[in-house]
Amino acid sequence: MDGLVLRKLGRRFGAVDAVLDFDLHIKPGEFVSLLGPSGCGKTTTLRMIAGFIDPTSGSIELDGKILSAPSGSVPPEKRGMSMIFQSYAIWPNMTVAENVAFGLNLRKLPADEVKKRVGAVLETVRMSHLADRYPAELSGGQQQRVALARAVVIRPAVLLLDEPLSNLDANLREEMRFEIKRMHDEFKITSVYVTHDQGEAMVTSDRIAVMNNGRLEQIDTPYALYSRPKTRFVASFIGRTNFLSGNRGNSMIDFAGFSVPLGMIGEEVTGGGPITVSIRPQAMKLSATEIAKDKAINLPGSVKQSSFLGETWDYVFQSRDGGLQFRVAAPPADVFPVGAPAWLQIDPAQIVPIAD
Amino acid sequence: MTSVSDTDAMSWSKDEPAKVRVPWHQRLQPANLLWLFLAGILVVLIIAPMWTLVVSSFTDAKTGGWTLHNYVEAYGKERHITALTNTLKMGAAVVVLKLLFGVPLAWACTRTDMPGRNFVRYSVFGAFIMPPYLAGVGWILLAGPNTGWINKIWHSLTGATEPLVNVFSFGGLVLVTAIGGFFLVFVLVSSAFEMINSEMEDAANILGAGPFKTAMKVTFPLVMPAIIGAALLSFLGAIALYGVPALISIPARYPVVVIQLTEFFSFPLRLEVAAAYSIPLLLITAALLGLQKLILRRKGYVAVSGKGGERRIVKLGRWRWVLFAYCMIVVSLAVIMPLFVLLLAAFSQSWTTGFSLDNFTLSNFHYVLFEHSSSQKALIGSVGLGIAAATVAIVLALFIAYIVQRKLLPFSGVLAFLAVSPYVVPGIVLAIGFYAAYALPPVALYGTYMILALAFITRFLPIAFTTSSAGVRSIHPEMEEAVRILGGGRTTAIRHVVGPLLKRTLAGGWLLIFVPAAQELSTAIFLVGPTTRVVSVVLLDLSEEGELEKLAALGSLLLIIIVAVVALGMRYLGRDFMLRRS
Ligand SMILES: Nc1ncnc2c1ncn2[C@@H]1O[C@H](COP(=O)(O)OP(=O)(O)OP(=O)(O)O)[C@@H](O)[C@H]1O
Ligand SMILES: [Mg+2]
Repeated sequence: MDGLVLRKLGRRFGAVDAVLDFDLHIKPGEFVSLLGPSGCGKTTTLRMIAGFIDPTSGSIELDGKILSAPSGSVPPEKRGMSMIFQSYAIWPNMTVAENVAFGLNLRKLPADEVKKRVGAVLETVRMSHLADRYPAELSGGQQQRVALARAVVIRPAVLLLDEPLSNLDANLREEMRFEIKRMHDEFKITSVYVTHDQGEAMVTSDRIAVMNNGRLEQIDTPYALYSRPKTRFVASFIGRTNFLSGNRGNSMIDFAGFSVPLGMIGEEVTGGGPITVSIRPQAMKLSATEIAKDKAINLPGSVKQSSFLGETWDYVFQSRDGGLQFRVAAPPADVFPVGAPAWLQIDPAQIVPIAD
Repeated sequence: MTSVSDTDAMSWSKDEPAKVRVPWHQRLQPANLLWLFLAGILVVLIIAPMWTLVVSSFTDAKTGGWTLHNYVEAYGKERHITALTNTLKMGAAVVVLKLLFGVPLAWACTRTDMPGRNFVRYSVFGAFIMPPYLAGVGWILLAGPNTGWINKIWHSLTGATEPLVNVFSFGGLVLVTAIGGFFLVFVLVSSAFEMINSEMEDAANILGAGPFKTAMKVTFPLVMPAIIGAALLSFLGAIALYGVPALISIPARYPVVVIQLTEFFSFPLRLEVAAAYSIPLLLITAALLGLQKLILRRKGYVAVSGKGGERRIVKLGRWRWVLFAYCMIVVSLAVIMPLFVLLLAAFSQSWTTGFSLDNFTLSNFHYVLFEHSSSQKALIGSVGLGIAAATVAIVLALFIAYIVQRKLLPFSGVLAFLAVSPYVVPGIVLAIGFYAAYALPPVALYGTYMILALAFITRFLPIAFTTSSAGVRSIHPEMEEAVRILGGGRTTAIRHVVGPLLKRTLAGGWLLIFVPAAQELSTAIFLVGPTTRVVSVVLLDLSEEGELEKLAALGSLLLIIIVAVVALGMRYLGRDFMLRRS
């Protein structure tokens, strides 16, 4: 299989499984993020791909060739990958140009070729004018650009990034996110990006692999992950959501105080009995009066809390029948005082059944 | 360079896969062989000598059987016990004096607007470069009871015939020992002062405390752990020092342990008794260093080791001149006066005649360089041993530190522990251990440079290890991983990244070893052979022969060489490398 394949990958430290049964197939040129809370095994996975850690089970393959397996692994220097580290790891004893040229020199490229490629990549990251500086004379963002240039200049088979932006301030982080995206669009390097910041993952990635407790929860495009979370963990980790417990009957799902015909919700539901669904705050709308539309669910109730977040209102709505509470997002113009009666409309197509 | 995610790095290395039983021959992999090799070196350098020392203290010299007789002989005589108690008294007195010298100077140089702070700093640094026995000789020239300069001036001024000062006394012994070692107090306490954030003092000021009260209630308590630690180290340095007592304590009729040890070592050689007699020195050192560690680990120190925020300088007003005068007195006593008379004597035909053109000569230098039977060779030997010991110790320590910090081998903590353990062994005790283990057949290294080099390497391995270890720790492992992922192996990483980044640290460590190693006396004293004398030993010989001018000339040559090397180092490393605490 072409691309990077992790097969039943696992790594155990003493008695804990830092990573377990991790299956992932990254296509050539694809940009995939590993996203998850602290300690979920992202770094461990990435370092296994890099070859700094050997797996205790499963394997890693690149274009059909086995790189890592419990029986033995190709050392990092033989993998033709490159990596951007959280600490930048720019060598302070070399200038910017020397840092970038290092990997090319290791590949014994002719001097003028090295010079040409270093010049070109520094141009791309807009660091040409600082080529002769030492890292101590650079700002954090500039160091990060050097790290980026150093990593992509060797045209690696796979580019690995471990929270490369976590040491930058918010503005720079935003800028560098797009920089990374731009570099990827330009060079089309297969990339694995570790982060615990979902915004970062959304902007940069073709697909996001959400991890929890060493396991893969779901891998999908950012939009699918948001609109079609498969597990409770993913639904709550990516954005905010409302969980509702219901019961699946023959043709309807019954919730406290209302029911929805099976055919109307966004996904096919199999099996009967208890069911949990996720409804995003953006999948609902508040209004002062009942608007009857056949395709929407309308619930009477009242506004319990409100906070203004700048770009949206964040309301807590309580339904009259059943006493369900919902968090609802509303545009700034939709002002409801706390305690006011209101109607909640839910778009049934955006009701997503999830596994617990 | 950064060490932010040190803990991260630490946690990475603990990765232990599930334990499996491996047949013994499969364990002989290169990595394990390397561990065995390093452990072997450390056994030769540390465990074997110390083990032999302890064993021989319980061995009957004639029968080779087990006995307690050596201890009876060592502690049975009142004289021997007196030497022990004398040593402790002397050590205590020296501590007081060193603190009186070191602490005010440290405060003055770090926290006040006293004039001439840099001059004082350099002078204190000079006290580090000048070996204690040379300062001792300087003070013999100054305060010898009849011919010492101070006394002669006093006599000619007052017509008195009694000496004003006598270096051959308890007081003289204490003073000379103290000036030779207060450097350490200065360094430790200054760095503690430098760590104190002025905001803590401001807090006291805001609450209504004046500058004096603030100093007493806030500043000094904060540096107290450093002072106590420095006091302990001073004590240990004082009781183990050999050169100054060798010059002073015999004429002063004040026997101390180190002199008693040389007596056991002179004819008839009673090695086993010497071993037994040195055990308390070893135990006291180990106990006090343990205590120091406890003190430094206490919470109070955290405040001091915190971020060295902005420091405010105390404005002393007129008092700054008083403090300056005090500092000048201390550095005159410690460096300027002894160095001056030493240099003068080196260029004099007879130092008792005083300062005149007729008295000027270069013949002393000619004598020690070309006529004396062993001093030229001793100079080369000392410098050579200094270079060899510093180089080997640093390389070995770097190896171990890298393996320990990167957790490349299992049980690397053992290596680290061994590498720092010679710290608790006083030089003279180490010498006895090396003598017991290697001097005599079957190894029969007595009279070779080899045994001296091995002993010096051992003696300075702890400094080398702490320096290298701090250096390696300051290099984030990702620096090396970045090399590896780009296609370089571990050796490439070491050559292109670790090596260059450690260059300065290692060079600084090298100098910190070279300077004392080229002057080393107490470790050398029992290990030099007739053809392998080092400068320090030749200097003592010359002093016994009363050839003080020639001694002064040889001592000056040694100083010149050391100063030249240090000056080179400073050019390369920046001026303050030795005043920083490693
Ligand atoms: N060398 C190790 N020894 C023991 N446990 C380890 C080791 N390395 C990682 N772990 C454990 O494995 C789990 C996963 O760690 P990992 O560093 O991969 O998390 P992460 O997802 O990168 O977290 P973060 O977002 O905080 O960086 C954690 O519980 C961690 O404690
Ligand atoms: Mg991590």
